[in-house]
This record gives sequence, C-alpha cells and structure tokens, in this order.
Amino acid sequence: MRYAETGVNLEIDLFRGSIEREASDPRLTELHLGGLGTNAKILWDRVPPEVDPFSPDNLLIFGTGLLGGTPAPGANRTIVSTFSPQTLLMAYSMMGGFWAPELKFAGYDKVIIRGKSPKLVYLWINDDRVEIRDASHLKGKSALETAELIRQELKEPKAQVAAIGLAGENKVYYASIEQGRSSASRGGMGAVMGDKGLKAIAVRGKKDINIARPEEFMKLCNEVLQYIQFRRDNPVVGVPPILAGIGSPQEMAIHDEQWHTTSFSWGNARHRRKDFWTEGTAGNWKETQDKAVERLISCYNCPMECGAVIAYPSLGLAKYMMKCYSKLTYVMGAMADDLEFGFKIAGDAQGYGVDSYTTPQVMAFAIELYENGILTDKDLPGFPSKNEDRFFYLLEKIVRREGIGDILANGVYKAARQIGKGAEEYDHNTIKRQEQIPIKLGMLNPIYYIMWSTGEKVNITQIEGQLPQAPFLAKELREEFVKDWPQLPTGKEEKFKRFILDWGDEDKGLPFWPPIDLVFELVEWQETMHYIDDSTGICAGLSSFPIKPPYHIHNLPRIISSATGLDIDEDKLWQIARRNRTLLRAVNVRRGMRRKDERPPEDHWKRRFPEFETKLHDEYYKFKGWNKEGIPTKETLDELGLDYVSRDFEQRGIYKEKKVKVTKPDSPKGEKAQVAKKDSKKGKSQSSKQ
Amino acid sequence: MKTVKRIKIDVDKCNGCRACETICSAFHAVPKYSSANPERSRIRVLFDPLRNIYVPVIAGEYTEAECNGRNVYTINEKEYDECSFCRASCPSRDLFKEPDSGLPLKCDMCEERSPDEEPLCVQWCINDALTYEEKEEEGEEEEKPREMEVGLESLVKKYGIKTVRDTLARIAKG
Repeated sequence: MRYAETGVNLEIDLFRGSIEREASDPRLTELHLGGLGTNAKILWDRVPPEVDPFSPDNLLIFGTGLLGGTPAPGANRTIVSTFSPQTLLMAYSMMGGFWAPELKFAGYDKVIIRGKSPKLVYLWINDDRVEIRDASHLKGKSALETAELIRQELKEPKAQVAAIGLAGENKVYYASIEQGRSSASRGGMGAVMGDKGLKAIAVRGKKDINIARPEEFMKLCNEVLQYIQFRRDNPVVGVPPILAGIGSPQEMAIHDEQWHTTSFSWGNARHRRKDFWTEGTAGNWKETQDKAVERLISCYNCPMECGAVIAYPSLGLAKYMMKCYSKLTYVMGAMADDLEFGFKIAGDAQGYGVDSYTTPQVMAFAIELYENGILTDKDLPGFPSKNEDRFFYLLEKIVRREGIGDILANGVYKAARQIGKGAEEYDHNTIKRQEQIPIKLGMLNPIYYIMWSTGEKVNITQIEGQLPQAPFLAKELREEFVKDWPQLPTGKEEKFKRFILDWGDEDKGLPFWPPIDLVFELVEWQETMHYIDDSTGICAGLSSFPIKPPYHIHNLPRIISSATGLDIDEDKLWQIARRNRTLLRAVNVRRGMRRKDERPPEDHWKRRFPEFETKLHDEYYKFKGWNKEGIPTKETLDELGLDYVSRDFEQRGIYKEKKVKVTKPDSPKGEKAQVAKKDSKKGKSQSSKQ
Repeated sequence: MKTVKRIKIDVDKCNGCRACETICSAFHAVPKYSSANPERSRIRVLFDPLRNIYVPVIAGEYTEAECNGRNVYTINEKEYDECSFCRASCPSRDLFKEPDSGLPLKCDMCEERSPDEEPLCVQWCINDALTYEEKEEEGEEEEKPREMEVGLESLVKKYGIKTVRDTLARIAKG
C-alpha cells in the first residue's frame, strides 16, 4: 500500500484524447518526496530544452504535495509546473484552496497534460471516471463563472474546479489559473493551459488517503494545531502587525497597511510614499475594507483565514474571493489613493484570470511610456486621463490582446523590446524577464542580493522567510525574540541567534555585515524550508514564509515519516530539499540560464558594490557546489544521486562552454542576451510530432 | 436526569476550511486515524462560496424513506431545497453514507474517547464555529444504538432480517 500519496498519476494527451493511469515509482518519492520535486523530475525527463512553452510537447503538470489531503493542517497546495512563455524557464506556481486534496481523494497525485486540443475542452475527474468534455460554451467566460457553470452542468456542487479566464485563452504571458479563493498566477501557467485548449479541470474524489503510523502522525498534527493557536495568542513583538502573525500576510483581516504602502514603491516601481499612511487614510481604508469583506475564509484543513469573500454591491460587482496582497497591487500600481478601486479592479482581473502581481506593473509601465511620449494616442486611442480609468482600459486591451494590449500581454520585458524607442529604460523591475515586487531600497543587503539573484522561482516570496525584515532597534526586543525560537536548524542555533542579537548595532551594518558565510547559511535555511513545503504541499504560510511558524525542520521529518512510513530524519530531509533545488537549477541550466541572468534589477538598491557583488556571487556558487557560471558541478550532482544530470551536461558540452564575456562582471547594466535569443527558436519547435 | 450533549454551530464563524471533516473521517477510520476521506465524515460543510453560504451539518438519524413536501428556502436570492441543510442520511441522496457500502453514517460525539473530552470536530475548529455544550435535563438516559447496529438495522430494513441473517451465516462460514 502507498501511504500519504496515491501512487498514481493521470496522463492526459489532449491531442489524441487519451487518458491513462500510470503508477509512479515509489523510489522517486524517497528521492524527491512529491509536489515540485517530482514535477521537476518529470520535466527533466520528458521535456527537452529546445521545446517551446507553446509547443504541444511542453507539459503542464498539476501536482499535489506528498502530504496533501492528509490531516496535516494546511497541506493543500496544488503545485503547477511547466515552462513559462515569459521567462522561457521552468516555472512553478502554487495555489491553496481545495483542488489538490480533492485530486488525492479521487486517487491521483498528479495530472500531467501534454498535447493541444483542437477545440476548447475541460477535464472531468470523478474518481475512476475521467472524461475530456467539450467546453465551447465556456469560451470567453470568466474563471469564476466557468467553475460555477461546470458544477451546475455536472450536478456536482462539491467538485473543485481550476479554470482559466479570457486572458488564459488568449495566452497572455501572465495569465493565471483560478480556483475560487486561490490561483496559480506566476509565470503564465494560464497561458500554457489556454494554449493547450484546456479551459478547466474539475475534480471530485471519494477515496481514502492512508497514513502509515496513525497515532504518531496525529499527535504531531495536534501539536501543529496547538502551536497555531499559541502563535495567534502571541504575535511577534516589535515587527509591523502584518508580519507579526502566521499565515500568508493577513491582509483581509488586518487594516493596518502602513508597512506595505510606505515601504514598497508605487507606480511603475518608482515612487516611495513614506508619508502616505495617515490617520485619515487609515480610517477611510478601514471603512472600505469592512464594507467589502463579507467573511474571512480558509483553504482546506487550515484554521488561518488568509482569504475573504468580497462583496461590493454599491459598485455593482459580483462576489468574488480575494487573498493577501492583491488588495494593494492595483491601488499602488495606479497611484490611486482609494482602496475601493483595488477591490473593484481585482474582481474583474480575477474573472479574466491574470496575475495580480505582474498585471498592475505592466499597466503602470504603459502609463509611464504614455506620459513620456513613447506610447501615444495612436497606440492608446481614447486613453482616459485618470489612472484608475486607464487601468480598467488597459485590462480590457490586455486580456483580449487588442491593439497595444497584444504587446503588453507579453509582459514588461518583452513589450519594452517590441515597442523600442527607449522603452527598455522603463523596464527596471524585472529579473529573468519577470516583474518583481516593487521594492526600491537604499543600501545593498547581501542576504537579499543572493536571494533575488539566484532564486529559481524568480520571486522573492518563494525563497525568503523565517526572519524579520528589519533589525530590532531595541536590545530588549532582540533578547525577547531569540528566547523562544525552536524553529532554528540543529547546529545553527547560536549563530542565527547571534545574528538577531547583533543586527542593528552600529558596527554591524549592511552590506559588509553579516559575514559572508553567515549570509549563505541564512539564505540556505530560508530556501530549504520552501523546497520542503513545495514537495509536501504544506502552505508556506504555516511553514517557510512567516516568522516562527508551526512547521519547522524538527517536526517536519517526523510528520513526513509517520505519514508515509519512510525513514527521514533532519539531515535526510535537508538533503532531499537540496536535491530538488539542484534539479530545478539543472532544468534551467539546460535551457540556457547562466550567471549573467542572475541579478536583481539594477535600481533595486541605490547603493551598489560591483566588486563585492561579484565576490558574493563567486562564493555563493562555491558554497552551493556550482561552478562560476552557476552550473552544479559533476561532484555536486553525483553526490545527490543526480548523475544522470551530470552525464547529460557532459554530453551537451555544458561544462566546456566558453564563458560569455560581459563587459563588467555582474554589472547591473550587462546584457540579457542569452534568454532573449531563444525567441528566434519559437517557430521551429512549434511544429512538433503532432 | 440525563446528560444532553450538543455541538453548537455558528455559521457566521465558519471559514469553510473543513478541518472538522478531515479529523472526523480520520478518527472514525479503522484502525483509528489510519486514513482521511471527508466522504466518510459525519460532519460536512455545505457551502456556496459566491453566495457566502457556509453551513456545517452534522449527521443525524437514518431515515428509510424520503420525506414528502419538502420546503424551499430562499437565501440571498437563491433557492435551496430543504434537503440542502438536512442532517438525515436518507435514500434520496449520497450525503452521510459510507462511500463503499452505502451504509448510513451518524455522529457519535466521538464517545469512544475519554468521555470528558470534546468531540474532535469541535477541538479542531479553533475558530469556534463549532462549540460543545453539555446540559443536565429531565428524563431517562437512553441506550444509544452503536454504530454497527445502525448499519445493520438499515440493512435489515432494506433486505429483511432473514436475508441478512443468512448472509452473515454464510460470511461466518467463509
């Protein structure tokens, strides 16, 4: 018997209309656990590097985590993986909600989709019965409405539905996959789904998920629940309210948005509004939010209430569900002072199915181009004068790929190059062609420098966590913070506590403090915890993301072992996370990612230190067992049991490549040629076997 | 005097997480906690998120026949059949039936556990949509049918006592 996992993947070929059940290799569970780890393994094995994201040979994988659907609180993430039309690299985006547990209950760990359907279809997974069904009547429908219509037509109110909206159908590079209160938004998952002609996947399951050592497992789950309660009653003292608790930032419940609105940049990642948050604003925003939020809601088996049912009858808006930071992204992108605008446009955007993180930045970028005469009234006929109206205007153009929308739908990086006329200068907040959180700061932070540069998700929130965002100024607060910190990894306790105790002292200032080896250890800890979550399907909001979470390196090995029957201790789990992390890098290296692609936006910090940054890069790569180009060495790969990767690299001559010459090493103004070059290959790989 | 045990449901506090379903199904698995499957749970959250309806319903008595004259409720402009919120395991729908056998499920207040502990769905609902209450009331303590009895009775009603007895005898010989 398989425990925690089902041991079965669904293989769907949309071109042939074939549906197969494949038993998965239990050995892969031992090596990679599940979720992102096994998704990456499948993409390595089955999608050669020359395959274009919009080729029928690209795979779109809906994976569950190894613990998904078990009673482990918050083990509910769906890990969607594919190759991104925007970055051209492996992309993964995860959503909470209810979909992954339902898939497990139906008897499957993953749905692996290949090929393209000639007409729009949806997939209906009802335990053992799996059908590909016509979706032509759902064409152009909003993602939320699609889910409703499917549930009605199947007479299955309990079916969980993941669907794309118009943006996905039109292959907007940052189209999302929506699932009620959650979405897989980053990297253009929805565009790949739309390209495959797949409107939605509905799933309903009535089977058991088995637990290997039930009593032990339940005791650990109960402890997690008790710790959640403890953290609710004991918020971290000395950090902004939005960071004091656990869960994903509690933006539906908490009104105080001083931290986001005054620390992050507005417009096209341009303006800091340090005095934005006044008493008047706080009052207005609270009133708006109280009106809009009808109920706080959760994902499967998680007591946190990170989402909300949003209703805004006075705006004539249909109800929808929201979570986290999307409340602010459109408001800040549009330089709007009004939270009501945020609730309104986010509802439309969710229906169309676009990433609420990239989309406002693309729109703010377009407004800047217009204001600087690079885009004109010819490109934007009838462009309104108010930013809020302009955002609604642009949203409609983008999701339909209409006029200038057809270019903006490709994201800031590519659009800037298509528009030309100096538009490239306004692309100042992307990494590896993807829009980042709009943060512009003063002094270079070496920990964040490494994380922004080398994270495989190309998204800071998927690597950072566990640590406060700023030093505690008062010594007593530091003492208080380190007193009760059981999450620290074995052997690092004193070092990491020392870091908090010293951080903020006058002689312990960025960027040359903390010492470089401590920088790397802190980065590795943060990243490792994310890779564990991404394979178990436990929400980062209860684990790798917040400060002092209920899941950590000490209870996770026992939870995984008792659920699965595998014998995993702290060292082994760390090693599995390292293997998964390295495999992801290998997939991207094989697609051409190199050192020159790995750097933060040039204006991310005002004060930069090119020589020091080069050293950080050199030493970090060494620390990870990668060569100077960021390619995992043969020794590193072999030690992790990834010798098939090193053999592939040798055969392809990847280790022997001449270094690409960059005028100034790791200079922020260097070229981005390698990734861009791949565009020319698109035509070729489109014509595939089918 | 008898002790009346009650789970109180505050639908306004329900966030739809279904932790109650998870823990209920795990507790009632054989062996205990050996599996999870909300379909086996004796509590289900009926929800219609876009109409902001979240109603935890706890499995009640088995009824052998459908009821006549069901009422229709209108909530936030949508019509709901009375069935939507009914606690009974009955022939007209799938709710509160073992997925493999079709036998009826009924909440037993997790009484196998030490009697002074709260039912597990209440313990796992840390948002207090579910709370537990015990009251002393006039009347006799009645013997509650055990789980297997409920199941067997439903089989007897369906197939008749003779068929069930014969089948059991055949299985026992098996």
